[in-house]
Amino acid sequence: MTTTGRPRQLLRLATAGSVDDGKSTLIGRLLHDTGSLPTDHLEAVTNADGEADLAALSDGLRAEREQGITIDVAYRFFSTPTRSFVLADTPGHERYTRNMFTGASNTHVAVLLVDARTGVLRQTRRHARIADLLGVPHLVAVVNKIDLVDFDETRFKEVESELGLLAQRLGGRDLTVIPVSATRGDNVVTRSDSTPWYDGPTLLDHLEGVELAAPSAVASELRLPIQWVARPTDHQRRRYTGRLSAGTLSVGDEVVVLPAGSRSTVTALDTLDPHRAVAVAPLSVSFELADDVDVARGDLVVSAAAEASAPVPAREIDATVCWLSETPLRAGDRVALKHTSRTVRATVQELHTRLDPETLEEHDSPSELALNDIGRITLRTSTVVLADPYATNRDAGAFILIDEQSNDTVGAGTVSDAREVVPGEQTRHDIKWHPSSLERDRRWSATGQRGATIWLTGLPASGKSTVAVALERALVDAGRTAYLLDGDNVRHGISDDLGFSPGDRAENIRRVGHLTRLFADAGVVAVASMVSPLRSDRAIARALNEAAALPFLEIHVSTPVEECERRDPKGLYARARAGELRGLTGIDAPYEAPENPDLAFDTTGADLDDLVARILTELTRHEGLAT
Amino acid sequence: MTAVPSADPDAHVDELRALEAEAVHIIREVVAELARPVLLFSAGKDSIVLLRLAEKAFRPSPLPFPVLHVDTGHNFPEVIDFRDRRLAEDGHRLIVASVQESIDRGRVAETGGPGASRNRLQTRTLLDALEEHRFDAAFGGARRDEERARAKERVLSFRDEFGQWDPRSQRPEPWSLYNGRIRRGEQVRVFPLSNWTELDIWRYIELEKLALPSIYFVHERQVFERDGILLGLSEYTLPTENELVQRLRVRYRTVGDLTITGAVRSDAGDVAGVIEEIAAATVSERGETRADDRTSVAAMEDRKREGYF
Repeated sequence: MTTTGRPRQLLRLATAGSVDDGKSTLIGRLLHDTGSLPTDHLEAVTNADGEADLAALSDGLRAEREQGITIDVAYRFFSTPTRSFVLADTPGHERYTRNMFTGASNTHVAVLLVDARTGVLRQTRRHARIADLLGVPHLVAVVNKIDLVDFDETRFKEVESELGLLAQRLGGRDLTVIPVSATRGDNVVTRSDSTPWYDGPTLLDHLEGVELAAPSAVASELRLPIQWVARPTDHQRRRYTGRLSAGTLSVGDEVVVLPAGSRSTVTALDTLDPHRAVAVAPLSVSFELADDVDVARGDLVVSAAAEASAPVPAREIDATVCWLSETPLRAGDRVALKHTSRTVRATVQELHTRLDPETLEEHDSPSELALNDIGRITLRTSTVVLADPYATNRDAGAFILIDEQSNDTVGAGTVSDAREVVPGEQTRHDIKWHPSSLERDRRWSATGQRGATIWLTGLPASGKSTVAVALERALVDAGRTAYLLDGDNVRHGISDDLGFSPGDRAENIRRVGHLTRLFADAGVVAVASMVSPLRSDRAIARALNEAAALPFLEIHVSTPVEECERRDPKGLYARARAGELRGLTGIDAPYEAPENPDLAFDTTGADLDDLVARILTELTRHEGLAT
Repeated sequence: MTAVPSADPDAHVDELRALEAEAVHIIREVVAELARPVLLFSAGKDSIVLLRLAEKAFRPSPLPFPVLHVDTGHNFPEVIDFRDRRLAEDGHRLIVASVQESIDRGRVAETGGPGASRNRLQTRTLLDALEEHRFDAAFGGARRDEERARAKERVLSFRDEFGQWDPRSQRPEPWSLYNGRIRRGEQVRVFPLSNWTELDIWRYIELEKLALPSIYFVHERQVFERDGILLGLSEYTLPTENELVQRLRVRYRTVGDLTITGAVRSDAGDVAGVIEEIAAATVSERGETRADDRTSVAAMEDRKREGYF
C-alpha cells in the first residue's frame, strides 16, 4: 500500500459567501496552517514589510488580482493524515453565481462565510440555497472576522441565530456554526484562546470529522451508464466501459441494458484495481457480457435482480435549473441535454417558478430565467432519458443544458421527477374517457368508409399543399371521404393561440395528430400537410394513430431547399433572408428528414397526377398489409 | 446519496483509486465525444501516469489515439531514451513535433544568451502539430496544484481556433458532466489529472510500480547555480564566469527543457525515498525547479492564453 499506511479518503469541499467576507483569506489560512503552503507560494504574496496577503494566493488570474475579486473557481489542495481535501474556491460576486453552482455541485461540504460585523447577507442566503438545492450533504457556517467584533460572544450569538433562521427556511437543515478569524487563524486549524465561550470544533476538526456519504453499494441498485464500446476483434469480444454511479458489479451478475431491456450476464470485469473483484461507485470499469446484445454509448446497465429498481424511461422531466447564460431561457426553447453519457434534444415545456434570491421566495410562472437565475421547469425530451431523482442519486439525477448553436453549456439542473410520456396514453385522473357506443368496424362497414392518415412533411414551399389538394380531390373522386388538414388552416382555428417556438410547434403537431386520429376513426382519410420539421414531433403523431390501430403514412416531400426558395409563393424565404422572419425551417431552424418514410419524392419537375397515383398505391398497399 | 455502513470494506474507495476512476472517466468521455484526440507525452512523471491511465481506460484494446511529444531539442538524453523504450514496448504510435524544425522553418525565432529558453517557443510547435494532424483534443498531464493559473483551469479546457485560452469565459463543469462540443478548427485541452497533487502522482507511481527516467532518482551531476536554481552542465547550459560548477548528488523533481529545469539536492534513490522527501518539502515543485515561471507573476497565465497546454 502507500507509504503513509492506511488509505485516505478524499473529501471535496467548496467555499461560498459574499464578496469581502474573507473566503480567499480563509483558504490561505487553511493551506498555511496545515503546512500545505510551499514557501515560494507564500513569498509570492508577502510584501516588503513581511506581511503575507493570504487572499492573493487564490486569485490566479491577472484580472482577479487587478480587481481584487475572485472571478472563477480555483481548486486548492491540502491534506491531513486522515483525509485529502480538494477545495473549490468559488467566487462570491453575484455576477459569478453560476461558478459557485459549478464549484459546489459535487462537494461533500459547503463552507459558508459570514462577516461577523454584517451578519447574513443576500448572497449568503443565495449560496446557502444553492448548496441546499445541490444536496450538499454538510453545511458549515464560518462566522469570520470575529476579531473585528472583539471576540464578542453576544455578537456571535446574534449571527448564529440569523443563521438558525436561514437553516429553518431551508427545511430545517443541520448547520454547524464556527467563530473564526481567518486573518489571525483563530479556530481554523488551531483552537483560539480568544473565544473561551466557544466549545465546538475548529473548522479543520469539523472537516476531518464529518461523515462521508458514499453512493449506494447495494448490488440491486446498480447504475452504470455506458461511455464507450470497444469494437470486437478476432481475439477479443466486444467490451463496454463506464463509471458506476450506484450499486455494485461483479462477474456472474445478471444485468439489464436499458432502454432496450436486453438481459445478459457479466463474464469479465476490469475494476482497474488488481485487488478488487467487485466494482462499486464511483469506480470506472470495463466488462464483457455473455450474450451478443446491442449496447451503445448512452445506454444504462442496471441489475436484473428481482428486487432491482430501474429508472423510468422518461420523456418528461421536472427539474430545478441554474441558468448560466446571458441569453435568457424561455418556454419553447430547444436545448441539448447531457445526462450521464447520453445527450438528447429537449424542449422547455414550462417555466414554473423563479427563485427570488433576496427573500428565497419562489415566484410562479416567470416569463424567463435570466443569467444566474434558479427556477423549476419542465423539459420534454426527444428520446428517452433514464434519470433518477437527484435526491436518490446525484450523478444519475444531474444534467447540463447545451446550446446547439454556440455549443456553450448554458444550464445545469437536478431532476425532481421523470415521467414516461406515451402518446395517446396520458393518464388524466380528473377526467374519464367516454367511449362511443359504436364499434369502429360497425361504423366503417355501415358507411363503407375506412379511415387513415396521410401525413405530408417537408420544407415550406416544397409542394406539400399542392400535392395534398390534388390528393384530397383524387380520393373523393374515387368515392372516399377525405379531408385536408393544412398547416396554415389549422393555425387559423384550432392552433390560433400558438406561435412558432419549438414548444409551440410541438404542441401544434400534437393537436393535429389527435385530430387525424379522430378523423380516421370516423372513417375519413385525413390528409395532413404540415412542415413538421422534427422527427420526435412526427413520431408522436404516428404513435397516436398506431396506438389506435389506424393506418398512418408518412410522406416526405423532399424538394431541395434551393428549389423551395426559388418558388417562395408566400415570400417566407425572402423575409427570412432579409432578417424579418426568425426560425424559418430550412434557413435558421433545422429540418429533420424522416429516416424511414413510407414514400419520398421531390416535386421539382414532377407530374402531379403521377405523385398522387403513387400515394394512392402506397395507401392501398398499406391498408392491405393492415388487414 | 445514502450513507454506507463503514464496516463494508468493498464500499470504501480510497483517494488514489477515486482519482484514477475520475481520470479514466474523463479520458473515455473525450474519446467518445471528440473525433481526433492525441496524448501529449514528455516522458515526465505526470505524462507517464497519464499514459498509464489511458492504457487502463482502453485495455486490452490498444490506445485509440497516438502520442505526441513536443521536442524542444534541449532534452535530457535519459528522458528521450526512456520515451522511446516506453512507447515502443507497448506499441504506441509516437509523433514528434520538433521546436528545432519550427526554428529552421522560420515559424519562431530563437533568442540567445544565458537564460535563453525554448519553452515559450514550444507553443507554436504544439499548435502547428495539432493543426497539421487535425487533432481536436489534446490530453495533457497538467495539475491544478502546480501553479495558480493552473488552479483555475477546467478539466476540458476549450480553446478557440487559434488555440487561445480565455479564462473569463470557461465552460462550467458541474458534477462529472463535460461538454465536448466544438466547432471545426476549435480544440479542447483535456486535463484528467486536474485534481491530483504532486504527492498523489508519486503515490500512484508506487502503487502501480511505474518505471521512470533515471534522472528522477539521486545521481551525481555537474551543476551550477543561477537565480537560485541548480542547472545541470550541458552543451546548452554553460555557466558564466561567476557561476561555479560543482559535482553534487542531485535528482530532478520535474522533467522539462534542460535549459530551465533545475535539479534538487537529494538522497532519494527510490520512489519511497522521493515520497518522503516531497512530503517534507517546503518549496513547490515549480518554485524549486522551473526558471520560466519566475519571469512574471502571470507567466503561466500568459503562456496559456497563447495556446500553451
